[in-house]
Amino acid sequence: MEFFKTDKIYNFMGKAKLFMAISTILVLGSWALVVFKGLNFGIDFAGGTIVQVRYDKPVDIAAIRKALKKSEIFQDASVTKFGSDNEIVIRIKSSTKNLKKDIGDEARAALKGTGNFEIRRVDMVGPKVGGELREKGLMATVIAIIGILIYVSIRFEWRFALASVLALVHDVSIAMGAISLFNVPVNLDILAAILTILGYSLNDTIIVFDRIREGIVESVKLKDLNAVINESITKTLSRTTLTSLTTFFVVLTLYLFGGEIIKGFSFTLLVGIVVGTYSSIFIASPMLTILGFDLQKYRAKLAEKRKKQQEKERMRAMYEQGMV
Amino acid sequence: MRWTNWRFVLFVAVFIVGIALSVPSILGLKSGPKITLGLDLQGGLHMLLGVDTKKAIESKIKSIASSIKYFSEQNDILLEDLKIGDKKIEFTLLDKDDAPKIEEFIQKEPGIVIKKEGLHYTLTLTPKEIESIKEYAIKQAVDTIRNRLDQFGLAEPTVAKQGKDKILVELPGIKTPEQEQRVRKLIAKAAHLQLMAVDEARQARVDTMTPEEAAEYGDVILKDRHGRKYLVKEIPILDGSMIKDARVAFDQNNQPVINFTLNSEGARIFGDFTAKNVGKRLAVVLDNVIYSAPVIRERIGGGSGQISGGFTVAEAHDVAIALRSGALLAPVYMEEKRSIGPSLGADSIRQSLIALVSGFVLVVLFMIFYYGIAGIIADIALVANLFLIIGVMALFGATLTLPGMAGIVLTVGMAVDANVIINERIRELLREGVSIKKAIEQGYKNAMSAILDANITTLIAAVVLYAYGTGPIKGFAITMSIGILASMITAIIGTHGIYEALLPKIERSKNLKTWFGIKV
Repeated sequence: MEFFKTDKIYNFMGKAKLFMAISTILVLGSWALVVFKGLNFGIDFAGGTIVQVRYDKPVDIAAIRKALKKSEIFQDASVTKFGSDNEIVIRIKSSTKNLKKDIGDEARAALKGTGNFEIRRVDMVGPKVGGELREKGLMATVIAIIGILIYVSIRFEWRFALASVLALVHDVSIAMGAISLFNVPVNLDILAAILTILGYSLNDTIIVFDRIREGIVESVKLKDLNAVINESITKTLSRTTLTSLTTFFVVLTLYLFGGEIIKGFSFTLLVGIVVGTYSSIFIASPMLTILGFDLQKYRAKLAEKRKKQQEKERMRAMYEQGMV
Repeated sequence: MRWTNWRFVLFVAVFIVGIALSVPSILGLKSGPKITLGLDLQGGLHMLLGVDTKKAIESKIKSIASSIKYFSEQNDILLEDLKIGDKKIEFTLLDKDDAPKIEEFIQKEPGIVIKKEGLHYTLTLTPKEIESIKEYAIKQAVDTIRNRLDQFGLAEPTVAKQGKDKILVELPGIKTPEQEQRVRKLIAKAAHLQLMAVDEARQARVDTMTPEEAAEYGDVILKDRHGRKYLVKEIPILDGSMIKDARVAFDQNNQPVINFTLNSEGARIFGDFTAKNVGKRLAVVLDNVIYSAPVIRERIGGGSGQISGGFTVAEAHDVAIALRSGALLAPVYMEEKRSIGPSLGADSIRQSLIALVSGFVLVVLFMIFYYGIAGIIADIALVANLFLIIGVMALFGATLTLPGMAGIVLTVGMAVDANVIINERIRELLREGVSIKKAIEQGYKNAMSAILDANITTLIAAVVLYAYGTGPIKGFAITMSIGILASMITAIIGTHGIYEALLPKIERSKNLKTWFGIKV
């Protein structure tokens, strides 16, 4: 079974401007969303409390809201259904430092008389911890990007590194835009998803870049960088789509069957996989031309390097022969 | 099969080891290495505690003041207005001939700065001493809480210092809200026992006295459990740090009481005090509440005492544990709490297993559909990969969390990637008309740099995630890292070995449609 015709080279670079324009709009739109609509920081980062309660029968949310109103702590609580009709979550912005009587106990008391229930989860994060986690999260993302920049610069060339990081910024921006648009609460697992997108989308990009590097060396008759890029993307197209498809399917099952708690995480990944695949095909490589990558100079540099390498090997061969 | 096919041999060995290591976890055997389930999967209580170190400094000041008081009484040195204030102790010496003696005594205590104006002394702590008290308070809190939880009889409690000034407590065994509540109370219990002298001269006026007025006499007003007020000397006779042991016993009315024993220094101080104060009352104060205030009938030697006063048995048990394990030098408070019911954990496992299995089946079928036998080979590598992840995690006793499960599910999607890259390369070469043997060899060689670069960059993200993540996120980073490494072994070495083993067959059949899913 094959998806793509192998004898045809697709002209991706011919449409580069169009895709660049689309991406620019998407990225700017995402930034606008994040700035103006904002992110819905969950309790991990903003502090606050979540109480997840399961009843043995479908719940009457209005009755629960009414019961909670009587308690001082739960005055401003938001109550929503969670996954099924039997389950709810109560969210409040405050947290309690008291070990002897905490919000779980309060919730139990406040919900008395609303039916048979079981408190399945209480998450409380103090504001100080939330702030620290936020700092750490930002730090983690920055360090991951720097590490990747360094690695790619060493293995390829600085323009490849910059192009791949720009593609990453593109992917993460759009994922954040989607998170903001769909009001997904940003918690630690969303951070994990974002960092996974970093790794995944880079994975995709690197494989295309690897092929471009190979094309630069092997397809000597192609004098034009655009032609090399077109050929390389076409050759990796099968792999890119296949891997993205398998990963997409798997994450989709996670989204559909993984339960309510993992929903935000898998949603973010789904967006990331789609955007990451798109960017490694249509965005990362054109970036190389925009950044002024010079095919001839790079070939000259590689030839120089290979000559040195061959020289070294010859010397070694002579030396080894000498030993024998 | 040729014996030189080291890849195949290695792959089979890795596969077997992977299965052997993961069997105890999968079947839930009693012995053998097993994956620990994270709190989010098995239910339990996770708490991040902060320590109120200011209180530790206050109590250090108080204890220095009590020892000065005891020393001066023992040596007939007359002090006036011995008072404790905000991080300082003040007193005036009546006889200046005693100055060298008391100064020598004070200087024995480390980290005290003496300021002297005439015979009026002000003692403060050096900043270094304050720092070390804070540090000690946290360390002591960790030890004390661990002690208390160990004695409470819970399975595998974790108590560890986290960051600079926080304490992480993880209790997987907690099942009911009542249990959780009791544990929280036990942890929070200051267990600060003080024996204090009742100010008999002024006790009669206690009901009309303000706290400010009491402070002027060096007294404090404390209540007992029934709300009765007592006027007691602010500087205690001794405190719980001198307790050697505490046990639950029953009095003649079969009510639970707590018998405590003091160490030798405590016993001496207690004996001296009771000898001098026969006929007066002694208040037994626990966490600033008076439990009993018996009249001293005679000198109490031997250093043992009793706390009575309407405990339930469980309460008495917990108080005894708290006293035995020592007082918290500084109170602790909750910075973060996550409690997960056992049923939710079970649900999470079930749901992620469904996702794992359905994702797995999808990928397996898709690979066979697209690549034919090459797809089956990739699927074998995928299965080996799964066993390897579980096996390695079990070997290192790693914790499997819900995001960790997600990590495994994700690995299933990404693990076939290396084989997809390799298969695409092989197809490419076959289309160019290269021989099957050469296509396989060259295909692996060509794919290698892309696979390495792609996996190493993903690994960088995973390592950063591990370094900066907490709890469940760390679990995700672990499974992802192990998954990447395992997939490199199984996909690069393992499948290559299988192809080498099958090579004669492939060359004989020449049916590329069945083997690689393409027609040339």
